[in-house]
Amino acid sequence: MDIFLQQIVNGLVLGSIYALVALGYTMVYGILGLINFAHGDIVMVAALVALTVVQLLSGSGLPPAVVIAAAMGAAMLVCIVIGVTVERVAYRPLRRAPRLAPLITAIGVSILIQYSAALVWGKQYISLPELLQPTSIAFGGAQFTDLQVYIFLLAAAVMAGLLWFIKSSRIGRAMRATEQNPDIAGLMGVDTNRIIAFTFVLGSAIGAIAGVMVVLYYGLGHYFMGFMLGLKAFTAAVLGGIGNVAGAMLGGLLLGVIESLAAGYIGDLSGGVLGSNYRDIFAFLVLIFVLVLRPSGLMGQRISDRA
Amino acid sequence: MLEVEALEVGYGGIRAVKGIGLTVRDGELVTLIGANGAGKTTTLKALSGLLRPSAGRVRYNDRDITGLPAHELVKSGIALVPEGRGVFARLTIEENLAMGAYIRRDPDVAADYNRAYTLFPRLAERRKQLAGTLSGGEQQMLAIARALMSRPKLLLLDEPSMGLAPLMVQKIFETIKAVAAEGVTLLLVEQNAKLALELCSRGYVMESGMIVLADDADSLLRNPQVRHAYLGE
Repeated sequence: MDIFLQQIVNGLVLGSIYALVALGYTMVYGILGLINFAHGDIVMVAALVALTVVQLLSGSGLPPAVVIAAAMGAAMLVCIVIGVTVERVAYRPLRRAPRLAPLITAIGVSILIQYSAALVWGKQYISLPELLQPTSIAFGGAQFTDLQVYIFLLAAAVMAGLLWFIKSSRIGRAMRATEQNPDIAGLMGVDTNRIIAFTFVLGSAIGAIAGVMVVLYYGLGHYFMGFMLGLKAFTAAVLGGIGNVAGAMLGGLLLGVIESLAAGYIGDLSGGVLGSNYRDIFAFLVLIFVLVLRPSGLMGQRISDRA
Repeated sequence: MLEVEALEVGYGGIRAVKGIGLTVRDGELVTLIGANGAGKTTTLKALSGLLRPSAGRVRYNDRDITGLPAHELVKSGIALVPEGRGVFARLTIEENLAMGAYIRRDPDVAADYNRAYTLFPRLAERRKQLAGTLSGGEQQMLAIARALMSRPKLLLLDEPSMGLAPLMVQKIFETIKAVAAEGVTLLLVEQNAKLALELCSRGYVMESGMIVLADDADSLLRNPQVRHAYLGE
């Protein structure tokens, strides 16, 4: 088996999930300058909602595709409601406050969502009922499953759709205008509060898709899973250049590949001292290197706002 | 068309506008002149909804619009060309114009792009370029063209000549004249008092947050006080 190719494939699948979560961080940062630390936990809620829906429907005899669609729909709905509520209740009142206040609020919201989820779902791991039997596909020395292919294709479709939406739709243009100058966007007739709320809708919905993917991919959910996933997705957003949508996609994919390659080779490199369970080190090494060497990220803004 | 009574506007405790009154009638060209820091820009920001007045009343076409946010006001036909132009630097020229037409859903929008490009051929050549790459004068053209895309009835212009070379200033003022000729009512804030008074029919003079003089533009141009303070004589 070709470890290199295998880890590239695994990394791209994992990275596409990171990329979807990273979009939520980067879009909110772009428009509000706020790092929404609760975003990872919204993804976690999506995962647990999806698990519950699958558990409820697993005995019903419905085809797996229908069960997954229902789980995804429910997860998106719940996450959109939570995302918009958090923006309205926790962040909007602090819009003109010093930057530290909303940041600390975001951490507070994150903890609130985690422990609310622990109340609803408990603190134990929840596993996915038997739903799919992924078939293996061999490809030039690497093996992957059809599930991995579907995850990657769906993530790619979501990303392409989002890029098109932001570039070409009326609301997408208003989002970019609001990001650059909310006052002037207001003068054009843009209700910037609605655009900001809509950004949370988009970020939460896309994060929910990612959450369901995690459940399908790993078959597990846990009230604390949003923490590490969120940190890594945030790292991906910083790697790509926080605030930059295409950057978040690139950063997510890159981080997934870096992490998978590192996990694949870490045993050999460290002479067997470190195992692949140390893979998380690499995401944060990447974060530190980016922050030190290139804080604006790979695709960070270079044209200044002030013309 | 626009009646302002006892308008007060402040920034964090400092009153920048201290109870002013002014009127703009339908189809009129009115200017508000005064030194730097007199409160002219603050007045326009309050009239366009960027700042909330702390006291006073603004009526527009017999409707009380005091304190309405900017995105509501533009729908009722008030557009501001802000000080410093405020183009979206990372949007193309075409996208900037599209933002100007954000509130419109009617099919005439397409024709209005052409009108904008006819008015400013320089913008037509560069329509796919980012607005941040334009020169100051071109950005001012874009800011005016963008404001016109909303088909305003009342256009508020804040220092359109600021930072521009004399030739460009002349060009911008010619355009403003052409816009006014189409029937758009104008309230122009300018530091270049001579140009503003020559263009407009009436003027108000503002000093430290208050209106100290209001008269026909011709009379203001002959007024020894104005000549001394604002026309450099």
